[in-house]
Formats: sequence, structure tokens, C-alpha cells
Amino acid sequence: MAYEFDFAPVLAQVDLLLKGAGFTLQLTAVGTLLGVAIGVLGAGVRAWRVRPFDTLFGLYVELIRNTPFIVQLFFIFFGLPALGLRLSEWQAAVLAMVINLGAYSTEIIRAGIQAIPKGQLEAAAALAMNRFEAFRHVVLQPALAKVWPALSSQIVIVMLGSAVCSQIATEELSFAANFIQSRNFRAFETYLLTTALYLLMAILLRQLLAWLGQRLLMGRR
Amino acid sequence: MKTFRTLFLASLFCSGTLALPTVQADALADISARGVLKVAVPQDFPPFGSVGPDLKPRGLDIDTAQLLADKLGVKLALTPVNSTNRIPFLTTGKVDLVISSLGKNPERAAVIDFSRPYAPFYLAVFGPAEVDIAGIDAVAGKTISVTRGSIEDMELSAVAPKGAVIKRFEDNNSTIAAYLSGQVELIASGSVVMAAIAEKNPAKVPVVKVKLKDSPVYVGLAKNEPALLEKVNATLDAAKADGSLNRNAEKWLKQPLPADL
Repeated sequence: MAYEFDFAPVLAQVDLLLKGAGFTLQLTAVGTLLGVAIGVLGAGVRAWRVRPFDTLFGLYVELIRNTPFIVQLFFIFFGLPALGLRLSEWQAAVLAMVINLGAYSTEIIRAGIQAIPKGQLEAAAALAMNRFEAFRHVVLQPALAKVWPALSSQIVIVMLGSAVCSQIATEELSFAANFIQSRNFRAFETYLLTTALYLLMAILLRQLLAWLGQRLLMGRR
Repeated sequence: MKTFRTLFLASLFCSGTLALPTVQADALADISARGVLKVAVPQDFPPFGSVGPDLKPRGLDIDTAQLLADKLGVKLALTPVNSTNRIPFLTTGKVDLVISSLGKNPERAAVIDFSRPYAPFYLAVFGPAEVDIAGIDAVAGKTISVTRGSIEDMELSAVAPKGAVIKRFEDNNSTIAAYLSGQVELIASGSVVMAAIAEKNPAKVPVVKVKLKDSPVYVGLAKNEPALLEKVNATLDAAKADGSLNRNAEKWLKQPLPADL
């Protein structure tokens, strides 16, 4: 009755898994760049109370942070076509990830901005920096440096969360795993390998983000 | 010696009882004499058979049973069965016919007899009426939704041309939603699923384009009942000719009877 482990049928399809992993990384890269950009914008708008955008961003953050990711994804993919907006499965996946990370990073970066002492801004004014220069060097960079570990974690969560996108036939890593499993019924072997791949990807992503943080934010070369 | 005699008597007794049904076998005469046609029907497989709001069985199989009983001029007695016990009900003589979305295969044909088919049942690629698909090669370049790991997924994956874009979803509901929301152009599924779509969204009922696996349904009868088999077949032929079978298919499957049935 003992289960006989057989990795051969899974290894035969390992190129599918790797292709899926590559697509997961692409989704994460685009999702992170655009999502953090929204986060910076939203955090600035909320921290400086730029009306009426601060209220709008507040509503957006509450809406996204208090609803499940899979429902947001289904709404975009299955719901929006009713309004005439038909996105392909990868467009829908990227959009859902951007919207999701945008909301969470808005709050994370806002926390960083609010932790900047007022005196720092006054010092910037005393140095005759204009508003943009002050925002970039005196507010944003130190703020991001303060919240970088939290932001990195959120980015990793979004990468792992992209597994949900397999539900709308986005052919990322989880989709590849489900597909292989539905063909050879080797659930243990398939998902063990997939878990290992996700773990590896998450560790590498964390390392990359830590390295980028050191270089870009902490000023170490 | 005593054991031998017991065994001998026992075997005589057994062969006697086993031989009994074949000696006096004319099920058709029995049904006429009894005035009741006993039919096994499904109760958990809409649109073939389910329990209606009035707690009475309803569906294509029930209507087919009623049609046969009417033509035989007898009353109808229904026995609800499921897909595992429907053939034992027939082989043990508890019912005269099994009308229970029964497909034909060699294993079943070894134990029971089949009539001519009375309704279609197939897996196929479906799509909008206005899209013209000549054969399986014509789905190249089209997007098709299918439920991952289902029989239709296996059949479609085996025959689909290289250019076909197969989108595999987790369950039937996502597969259907992808089609109805226009995310894919075609859908690979069962004819029964189309009937379910027709029930809920009559405006966008997909039409069959390419059949993947054809397995029409038959009336099952006990073996060696030529008179009953002939009567059932003649009745079904007549019902096909006068349009009754087609009316049933339109009513329950929301599709006309295929010409090749």
C-alpha cells in the first residue's frame, strides 16, 4: 500500500514548470514596478492631504485591502467584459497585482513618510531645495529606507499570491503545476518541486531587494 | 457419499432455478398482462432525470419512459436509480427497462441488450452560431476554454491543431464564465452542460462545432428479449419519425436531435 515516489513523469515536464516560473517572475517584475509607483504617488498624496485625491486614495486603499485578491481578479477578468473592457488573462493578472500592491504599498510608504521629522523638511527649505528636490532626497529616500523591509515582504507576498492567477488560466508556475498534476496524477512530486521552486524564487527575490535597498536607498556601493 | 449426494441435489436445484427465467421469457407479454411498465430512471442527473419542485421525477429519460408506456398502452412505474445500480436493477428483473442516460460499451453489452439510441450525448467544441468551424483543424488560432483534467480536456488536447489556444480553467463554472464573458471564442464541454447554459442564459447558447467524443444514450433491456427489443425499437423509430424524440431533445437538451442519431 506504500506510495511509490516517482519523479520521472514530473521531471519530464520540468520545462513547463520553468516556463511557468519565468512567467511568474515577469508578472512580479511588472506588478512591482507599477505597484510601487502607485504606492509612492498615493503615499505622497495622502501624507500631504492633496484634495480631493487623498480621499480617493483612502477609498481605494480601504477597498483593496478589505477584499480578497481572488475576488478582485475574478471581477477584472470575468466581470469587466460586461462593461466592454476585455483584458487577456495576463493583462488581468498584472492589473490585479498592480492594484493590490499599489494599495498595500501606499500605506507602507505613507508610514515611512510620516516618520520623517518635520525639522528635516525645514532644513531642506533652508538649503533652498525646491519642493521636488526636497520630496525626492529629504522625504522619499529616507522614508523608503525606513520601510524597505516591510515593502520587500509585501512584494514577496504579491509574487506568491500570483499563484491565484492560475484560476483565470494565466500560465504561471501554479498553473503549470496544476496542469502537470492533472496529466500524471503525481500530486506529491509535482507540488513538492513547485514548492521548492517558489521557495527558491522568494529567497532570491528577497536577496535582490535587499541588495537594491542597500545600493539605492542606504547609499552603500 | 452423503456429501456427494447433497452436492448433487444442490447442483440439480441450482441449475433448475437458474434455468427458470429462460424457460418462460417473454417480457413483453408479461408487461402487457401486468399492465405496468417498470422503468429505472435517474434522479440526480439533470436534464436526463432529476426531482422537480413537486418532488416528482422529471427529465428527458422520464419523458422517454412515458412515451414508451403510452405506446405500449400500459401504466408507467418509475424506479429511481443511480449510475452504479442501474444495470443490477435490470439484470435482477426488478425493472423491465433502464432509461437512465445509459451509454453503450462492450462490458455492458455482455450483460444487457441495447435499443437504438433515443437521445444524443457527446463532448464537443461549442461556439457562437455565427462562427463557422468546418473541422477540428479550423480551431487553429481560436481560444477555447476547457476544464482542466476533464475528459474533454484530454480529448481536445489530443486532437487540437498546433495553433489552437487552449485555456484551462479550474472547474466547469470558470470554463463557462470565460465563454459567456467573451474571454474565449469557443468552449469544449459536454452537451449536457450546454443545456444548463441554455437554462440560465438563453441569449448565448453555444452551438456544437466539432464533436470530440460521441456517446448517445440507449434504452437498456434484459438479454434475450427479442419481442420487447423489437417493440421498443419500433416505438422509438416511430417517435423519431413523428418528431416526439426531437421535441424531447428540444425541451430538455435545448438542441435539436442530430440527424445522424
